[in-house]
Amino acid sequence: MTTQNKPKIGVYICHCGMNIAPKVDVEEVARYIQELDHVTVARDYKFMCSNPGQDMIINDIKELGLNRVVVASCSPRMHEKTFRNAVRTAGLNPYYFQMANIREQVSWVTKDSQEATEKAKSMVAAAVARVFFHQPLDTREVTVAKSVLVIGGGIAGMQAALTSANAGYQVSLVEREPSIGGHMAKFDKTFPTLDCAACIMTPKMVDVLQHPGITLYTWSEVEKVEGFIGNFEVTVKKKPRYVDEKKCTGCGTCMQKCPTKKILSEFNEGLSFRTAIYTPFPQAVPNVPVIDATHCRVLGQNKKCGVCAKFCETKAIDFDQKPEFVTLKIGAIITATGFQAVNPTSLEQYGYGRFPEVYTSMEFERLNNATGPTSGKVLMKNGMVPKRVAIIHCVGSRDTRHKKYCSRVCCMYSMKFAHLLREKTGAEVWEFYIDIRSPGKLYEEFYNRVQEEGVRFIRGRVAEITDMVEDPGDEGRLTVIAESTLTRRTVRVPVDMVVLSVGLEPARGSEDIGRLLGLSRDGDGWFNELHAKLAPLATPINGIFLAGCCQGPKDIPDTVAQAMGAAGEAIALLAKGIVTTQAEISRIDPDLCSGCKSCIESCTYSAIRFDEARKVAVVNEALCMGCGSCAAACPSSAAGVKHFTDKQVMGEIEALLM
Amino acid sequence: MVKSMSDDYQPKIIALVCNWCTYTAADLAGTSRLCYPSNIRMIRMMCTGMIDPKYILKAFLDGADGVFIGGCHPGDCHYINGNLKFKKRMAGIEAIISQFGFEEDRLRLRWIGASEGPEFQHNMTDFIQTIQNMGPSPAKGLMVL
Ligand SMILES: Cc1cc2nc3c(=O)[nH]c(=O)nc-3n(C[C@H](O)[C@H](O)[C@H](O)COP(=O)(O)OP(=O)(O)OC[C@H]3O[C@@H](n4cnc5c(N)ncnc54)[C@H](O)[C@@H]3O)c2cc1C
Ligand code: FES
Repeated sequence: MTTQNKPKIGVYICHCGMNIAPKVDVEEVARYIQELDHVTVARDYKFMCSNPGQDMIINDIKELGLNRVVVASCSPRMHEKTFRNAVRTAGLNPYYFQMANIREQVSWVTKDSQEATEKAKSMVAAAVARVFFHQPLDTREVTVAKSVLVIGGGIAGMQAALTSANAGYQVSLVEREPSIGGHMAKFDKTFPTLDCAACIMTPKMVDVLQHPGITLYTWSEVEKVEGFIGNFEVTVKKKPRYVDEKKCTGCGTCMQKCPTKKILSEFNEGLSFRTAIYTPFPQAVPNVPVIDATHCRVLGQNKKCGVCAKFCETKAIDFDQKPEFVTLKIGAIITATGFQAVNPTSLEQYGYGRFPEVYTSMEFERLNNATGPTSGKVLMKNGMVPKRVAIIHCVGSRDTRHKKYCSRVCCMYSMKFAHLLREKTGAEVWEFYIDIRSPGKLYEEFYNRVQEEGVRFIRGRVAEITDMVEDPGDEGRLTVIAESTLTRRTVRVPVDMVVLSVGLEPARGSEDIGRLLGLSRDGDGWFNELHAKLAPLATPINGIFLAGCCQGPKDIPDTVAQAMGAAGEAIALLAKGIVTTQAEISRIDPDLCSGCKSCIESCTYSAIRFDEARKVAVVNEALCMGCGSCAAACPSSAAGVKHFTDKQVMGEIEALLM
Repeated sequence: MVKSMSDDYQPKIIALVCNWCTYTAADLAGTSRLCYPSNIRMIRMMCTGMIDPKYILKAFLDGADGVFIGGCHPGDCHYINGNLKFKKRMAGIEAIISQFGFEEDRLRLRWIGASEGPEFQHNMTDFIQTIQNMGPSPAKGLMVL
C-alpha cells in the first residue's frame, strides 16, 4: 500500500551492445530521465537482459525501495516477460513494469543520431509517465474438470471421443440421432483406397460404446451450456426413446412385429421403408430401437396397438417415457456436428424430384451399399441395371447463385462412384465436371486409374437434364445437355441414371449449437476457427474446439486428423489441470455502469453478462480475452481494460507530446 | 503551457497501433533496418477495437499534428473483429475532431499486417509527408492546455 502511494521509479537504458548505444546517446537519455519527477534512479548498461543486467534491477528494487521499473531496450515482444520475471523475483508485482522500445523503433529505424536520442528520450519519459499509473494485477488459477464433451457422433466425434478417453479422461458423447456413425456409416467404400467403410466404421462404433471412459448419449441433444473453460456446466436432453435402454436386448422382434411399416427410411435416404419402432440400420450403436412418436399408432394417433410391447420379452417398451435431463461438469468441449448434403430440388435444371432416375450422391451411396435397399446392386427403380450413367459434379457448389465454395469431396466421391459403377454394372459412365480437384495423397492416382477404366470426362456445366429424347430409340431415358468447354460444342448424352454430386452445407441446427456455445460462423455457416493457420482447431471461446466438417467441408482423412488434433488440444488443457486467467482483462465499474448493455453487444466472446439484480454488466474473467471492445463501446466509461486504463494511455499520450 | 508555432515545423505524430499486427510490423521494419522519419510516437494497444475516441481527441488537444491508427487487416484481428468495430467508429471520430477544428485528414486508419514491414515504413513516411504538407495543427499556438 504505502510503496504504491509514492512512486519510486527505476529506469534502465540498455545499450544492447552496439545496437542501441552508438546511435542513441544512452548516457544523455539517462541524464535527462534522472531529472524527471518520481525517478529515483536512471542507469544505462550494456545488456539489460543479461543476468548482471537483471540483477541490477533486482538489487535496486531491494536496496533503493523502487516500486516501479522502466526498461528501455528492445521490443516488449522480445523481453517483456524476462523483465517482468526479474521484477517479480525482487518481490514487486510484475505489472509495475513498462518497456520502451528504443531498438526496433528508434536506433534501427532512425538515420540521424541526434533525432534518435530525442525520440528515445521522449519514449522513455512516456514509459515513466505510464508506469506511474500502473496497478498491481493478479492472474487467477482455476482448476479444470477432467472431462470432455463431444457434440456429434460422426467419424470426427467418435475419433475425438476415443482419443480423449484413451488419454484417461471422462468423455460424454452426445449424438442427436438414434445411432452414432454420421455420414460415413452410410458409405460402402471410401476413396481413394476403396476400403470397406463398414469394416473401419463398425468396430470403431463398438469401441466407442464399450470404452469405459465414454458415456454415450444418443437420441440426445445439448440443451444448455454455461460456465467457461475448464468449468462448463452442460445440460443434455435425452429425448424419450420409449424403449428402456437397460432392459432392451436388441433382439429386433419389436421391429418385425410393428404394423406401421411404410415410413421412409432416413438412413436409406428415402429409398426404402422402416417401421415406427426402429433402429436406423442393423449395425446401429447402440443397438436399441427408438419409437418414432409421430408415426407410432399409440403415441402419434392415440390408437390401440402396443404390438411391440406385447412381444417384448424383457418389457423394455415404455410409452410413458419422458425427456430426461442430465447435467455434466465439463472441462473442454469438442464440436463435431458435421455437415448435410445440399438438397438439389431447387436447382430445377437437374430435374431432381421430377425424374425418378435422378439421384443425389447420398442416395447413390445407399443404392450401392451392401446393407442398402437393393443389397448393394445398382438398380433403377424398374429393377433394371443401368447401361449408361451420368455423374454431375459440383451440384450447388462453386456457383455464385448457390454455394460459392468448393465442397472438396465431390470430385473424389464422383470418381469413386464411377469406379464402382464400372466394376459392378459395366455401365458406361460419363462425368460432367468443371475442374477435377484431386489434391490429396493418392488422389491424382485415383483420377488416372478411373480414366484408364474407361470413364468419360466432359468438362462443362450441365445446362439441363430432360426426358425429351432426340432418338426415339432412347424413349424413357434422360438426356444430359451440357456445353463442353474443351470442344466448344454442346453435347447431348442419353442416359439411364443421373447422379448429382451435391455440395456440403453445415448440419441443420448448427446455428443453434453456435448460439449455445457462443461460436461464430462464417458467411457460409461453418464454425469459425480461431486462426486459419495458427489455431485451426480452437475457437474464439477458450476451451471449445472444432473437429471435422462442422468447420468446413473435408474428407475422412482430414476429418480424423482434425479430430485427433482437437482431442489433443482438449487433453493438453485437461492434463495441465489449471487454467491461468489473463491479468489484462476487462473490468466494469458497477458504480459507473448505467446498465445500457452496449458492452454485452460489443463482446465477441460472450464474456459479459447482465446482473439483473444489480442492473449492471459483469465480466466473466475466465472468458474475457482483454480485447477492450467493451471499453471503447461503453458510453459511461465504466468498462476498461486492466493495464490499458484511460489514465495509463492518456498519460503516455501526454508525455509523448510534451 | 502555451505552445508557439516554430518556423521549422516538425510535425508530431501519435500512432496508436495494435500489438498483434501493426506493432509487429513496426518491429519488423526495425529488424529490417527500414528507416523512417523520427517524428512518429507509437503507443502499443492490444487491439484497435480498444481505442477510445477520447484518446484521439486527447492527442490532438495535446498538440499532435496527426494521429495514425494501425490494425490488422479485416479477418486477421487477433480478437476476430475489433478492427472492424473501430472502423465503424471512424466516421463518428472524424466528426468529433472536426468539431474541434482539426481536419479529418489528420487522422488516418490503415491495416498493416504483421509481415508488412515495408508497408509500415511506407505508411509512416507517407503520413508524415501529408501532415508536413498540411502544416501545423490548429491546436498549436491556439490552445491553452
Ligand atoms: C456422398 C458423399 C460421399 C463421400 N465419400 C467419401 C469417401 O469416400 N472418402 C472420404 O474420405 N470422404 C468422403 N466423404 C466425406 C465424409 O462424409 C466426411 O469427411 C465425414 O463424414 C465427416 O465426418 P464428420 O464427423 O465431420 O461429420 P458427419 O458425418 O456429418 O457427422 C456429424 C454427426 O453429428 C451429429 N450432429 C449434428 N448436429 C448435431 C447436434 N446439434 N447435436 C448432436 N449431434 C449432432 C450428426 O447426426 C452426425 O452423426 C463423402 C461425402 C459425401 C457427401
Ligand atoms: S488485434 Fe490487430 S486490430 Fe485487433
